[in-house]
Amino acid sequence: MTYTIVNHVLDYFELEQGGLWSLIGAIAVWAAPITGFVAIVGLVSIWLERKISAHIQCRLGPMEVGPHGLLQTLADGIKLLGKEDLVPKNADRALFALAPMMVFAATFVSFACIPFSEKAIIADLDIGIFFIAAVGSLEAIGVVMAGWSSNNKWSLFGAVRAATQVVSYEIPLSLALLAGVLCAGSMSLVDISQAQGGWIWSWFIFRNPFMWIMFLIYFIASLAECQRAPFDLPEAESELVSGFHTEYSGMRFAIFFLAEYGKMYVVSAVGVVLFFGGWLSGIPAIDGIGGITGNLIGAGVMITKSFLLVCVQMWIRWTLPRIRLDQVMDLCLKYLLPISLVCLMLIAVWQGLMPTFDEFGIAMIAAMALGFMQMRRIYRKAIEASKTRLSLPTMKV
Amino acid sequence: MEKTLFLILSAVAIIGALVTVTRKNPLGSAIGLIVTFVALSGLYFTSDAPFVGALQVLVYAGAIMVLVVFVIMLLNLPEGELEEEKIPPRSWALAFFSVVPLGFLCIAQILSTKFEDKEPVGEGFGSVKAVGQLLFGDYLLQFEVVSLLLLVAIVGAIVMAKKRL
Repeated sequence: MTYTIVNHVLDYFELEQGGLWSLIGAIAVWAAPITGFVAIVGLVSIWLERKISAHIQCRLGPMEVGPHGLLQTLADGIKLLGKEDLVPKNADRALFALAPMMVFAATFVSFACIPFSEKAIIADLDIGIFFIAAVGSLEAIGVVMAGWSSNNKWSLFGAVRAATQVVSYEIPLSLALLAGVLCAGSMSLVDISQAQGGWIWSWFIFRNPFMWIMFLIYFIASLAECQRAPFDLPEAESELVSGFHTEYSGMRFAIFFLAEYGKMYVVSAVGVVLFFGGWLSGIPAIDGIGGITGNLIGAGVMITKSFLLVCVQMWIRWTLPRIRLDQVMDLCLKYLLPISLVCLMLIAVWQGLMPTFDEFGIAMIAAMALGFMQMRRIYRKAIEASKTRLSLPTMKV
Repeated sequence: MEKTLFLILSAVAIIGALVTVTRKNPLGSAIGLIVTFVALSGLYFTSDAPFVGALQVLVYAGAIMVLVVFVIMLLNLPEGELEEEKIPPRSWALAFFSVVPLGFLCIAQILSTKFEDKEPVGEGFGSVKAVGQLLFGDYLLQFEVVSLLLLVAIVGAIVMAKKRL
């Protein structure tokens, strides 16, 4: 029945036969692998988050289901599937149902433009990075829809905070994206990765000192964009129950959760492509393999690097306390925005005047290592000083 | 496939626009407008203008509409306070005289265009490079004038928001 109606419509507009079916087929062929990958990323990251938080707090974390609790997330997912799907009585039903889909779709679509290796990319758009920024900004609307339609003041507060935060941090984030585009001369993520070929010091982060600052700005802004601690004000548990998704239960809550971890991965993958050479391992002999083996190695390198950045995000979440809303806005508008503007200008000048040479990259790595060791020494000293001043008891483990 | 996509996207855009003007609830209208913007962006993508399409999502759906929704939520009017709007006959007449000529213009333009004579767009049409070269080459003066206008708007907003500078 539906088939004939569809065919009548197609005939009326003189469409090629099967136009709609080829569209549906294309959606199925391309959407299925992304869905699978997002689900796996979600499973792995949630397990990682639990393990990392547990070890930071001197606990073991999940240990029962599977080796080291590896299947715990899967069990939780099945549990959430079986839960009752509650909708508050005074909620706006249509928007309430639409909000998790909107949030998930915004994350999901960005996966299409992320290169896993030279060939393993679904859509190598000419405007790749711009597309990811554009689609990512839609997530805020989903969050706002969720908060408003729940008809709950805590949800509304969470949504208002999310909107403020995401709109403000989009500016330094986009400026940091532009820095990578400036260095590569292209917006396609594949071209940006390939511009960093060669030894490890040809990665963009070692290209000039300002790229290093730009990476820090990108990382801070991306934490705010994902609403992760210390910027987790939209879902601050101690103030707003759990913010914009307070009223969500069962599978809808699970979709919010999956979208959050998917977004973390997307943000990290874009950071890896822009600053850490994408799928390139930094050793020319390995990067030159090519063929199926080369692409597989590239995908492995890319996923490993992205997950390392995801782990840093988790590490920061379980180390730093949440900051206040006015501090969030101050950080963005008074510090990150002017610094990123100046940096972008300096990068453009550097890019125009200085030739790129390997020795500078090596010098950058050496300087960063020295700086890191110096910071460590200062930090150690400060801890020793505070211990003697306060005469803290040494912790027994 | 392009034709099917075009039909679906334009149907979604029209439905979104209708929702925008018919919903009593301001947030419902705003969401309808967002749907229209996203569908329009899809139309740009299918007509070989990906840069304009991404701009449409980033600027309109992502930034401006978030601000609109934000203001609606901050005011947060209860359902009862939204009065039934009575449209005076003068407004109907005004709407008629502003929309109908425009519609005629559009239809006349579409009917008079000979699509067979048009050359297909060249390689790189609608890419960042092409758009950038047009903006900063042929239309540099207009671009700078528009940016001045935006600057004036920003200064105006700051002056209005902050009486004592």
